[in-house]
Amino acid sequence: MIGRRRAAGRLGRLERPAIQGVLFREITNFSSFWRSTTFSSTVEPTIYLLAFGFGFGSLVSKVAGYDYVDFVGTGIVATAVLFSSVFPSMFGTFVKYQFQHTYDAILAAPVDTEELVTAEALWIATRAGTYGCVPMLIAMAFGLDPSPGMLAVPLIAFGSGFGWACFGIMIAGILKSIDNFNYVTSTIITPMFLVAGTFFPLSELPRWAQVLGNVNPLHHTVELVRHAAFGWDAGADLAHLGALVLFAAVMWRLAIRAMERKLIT
Amino acid sequence: MPEQLAIRLRSIVKRYGDIVAVDGLDLDVPEGTCVGLLGPNGAGKSTTMKMLTAQVIADQGELEVLGHRLPEESKVARAQCGVVPQLDNLDTTLTVEQNLRVFAHLYRLGRAERGPAVERALELAKLGDRRHAKVDELSGGMRRRLLIARALVHEPRLLLMDEPTVGLDPQVRQELWALIDALRAGGTSILMSTHYIEEAQRLADTVTIMSQGRAVARGRPAALVSEHAGHEVLEVYGPPARLAEVEAGAIADGLRTRRTGTSVTLIGVDGRDGDLPDGVRRPASLEDVFVLLTGEEIA
Repeated sequence: MIGRRRAAGRLGRLERPAIQGVLFREITNFSSFWRSTTFSSTVEPTIYLLAFGFGFGSLVSKVAGYDYVDFVGTGIVATAVLFSSVFPSMFGTFVKYQFQHTYDAILAAPVDTEELVTAEALWIATRAGTYGCVPMLIAMAFGLDPSPGMLAVPLIAFGSGFGWACFGIMIAGILKSIDNFNYVTSTIITPMFLVAGTFFPLSELPRWAQVLGNVNPLHHTVELVRHAAFGWDAGADLAHLGALVLFAAVMWRLAIRAMERKLIT
Repeated sequence: MPEQLAIRLRSIVKRYGDIVAVDGLDLDVPEGTCVGLLGPNGAGKSTTMKMLTAQVIADQGELEVLGHRLPEESKVARAQCGVVPQLDNLDTTLTVEQNLRVFAHLYRLGRAERGPAVERALELAKLGDRRHAKVDELSGGMRRRLLIARALVHEPRLLLMDEPTVGLDPQVRQELWALIDALRAGGTSILMSTHYIEEAQRLADTVTIMSQGRAVARGRPAALVSEHAGHEVLEVYGPPARLAEVEAGAIADGLRTRRTGTSVTLIGVDGRDGDLPDGVRRPASLEDVFVLLTGEEIA
């Protein structure tokens, strides 16, 4: 008995088969609702682009040295990443935990909370990496010039999406009721969405708002995407990248901790 | 050679704040047997079941599942266990086959094994002709069969079932019993929690009766009945006043009683005759034992 136990040992952490199993479940489920998700992920940024690009763009032709449509078209990539990661992760996690009891079933299989959270975040990040590119493609139809650096945009969107997915999972792990999500949306997500340099440059804002902008991961996403499209700025971009990686890493661990507290009693 | 145990619990304690959900529980499931965990709601059955997959962590005591110490080695144990939860957690927008395929992945079956495993599970659940139906479209009985088949897709050595037939029609329940009985005959070790006496009596080799977080009795169903309630009991019918009188008389006489709505049951009447009130004798049942030991009536 003891010999067999030693031989089998304990399985490791973050095992590929466990993560693949959870991803397979997500992808299979996605096949039943990808149309509606793709529809809203395409139409929403288009509306923002039309509203701001043409509404606001008729008042100002250039912002921070860019044509306004180019400025907004690249900035909205970050908005699309945020919306396609934080909301599905907050609501999806809560529903799967609270109403569908999906996580009970998954954790009864050889999958640990760490693997579950990682796989869920990877999948949402993949979607965010894909849908994040949609506004840029639409902006091209309105005159944004393609450039080789834009090939990095899916990766930036993926990294940022991973961080926001983990943020959403953490929130779902901490809050006891889905109604309380409104507090998070109003006090964290909406301000971050607005003060990210998407629609207007942070440089025109008061000093305190600029400082706040610099701790906003969405701002670093916006800057990286713009530089990918219009030309890199090595020093600044390394700092933006570092900030995003830090954000993603910290949120990843916090999401795991929050879900462990919720799922393992 | 000592008996191999699929599950071994010793002095398990689990508290939630001031509430002691499990209070010094010992439990053995020998390999290849079916053990029924019988108890009223709130006895600690579900908490115990969740400990076996390390979704609940015990405060004290020792747990081993298939020779693996929990919670440290839970993942290895889980890979060889199948779990049928009390609450249906199927993916309702997926088809029957997709649900099984997802679990073939989660239980790490190889690429070549998955197809045959899904077919075998479909066969077992008799859902071959509904394989492309969404779970939403299935009847309650079909969903339960799928839930059991999903737990068996990787041919586990140990099956954990938490109230597998709760809320089902009698006919559907019997269908599931046949399925579970076939598994037991095939050598799968089974731990099944239930509050249906008949279910435990029919399916379990041994029964552990739980009350308030402790095991209050264990043994083969027939042995438990003869040990605690004898061979026969006496059922006395009458108006409420008469029942109260009979009950008081029996207790004064050193007998144990239980109220069953329209009657009072006198327990421990073997070998006694003339001095007892008029009533109907019937064989003692596991239900009598359950009520005696847990102090709870059956819903």
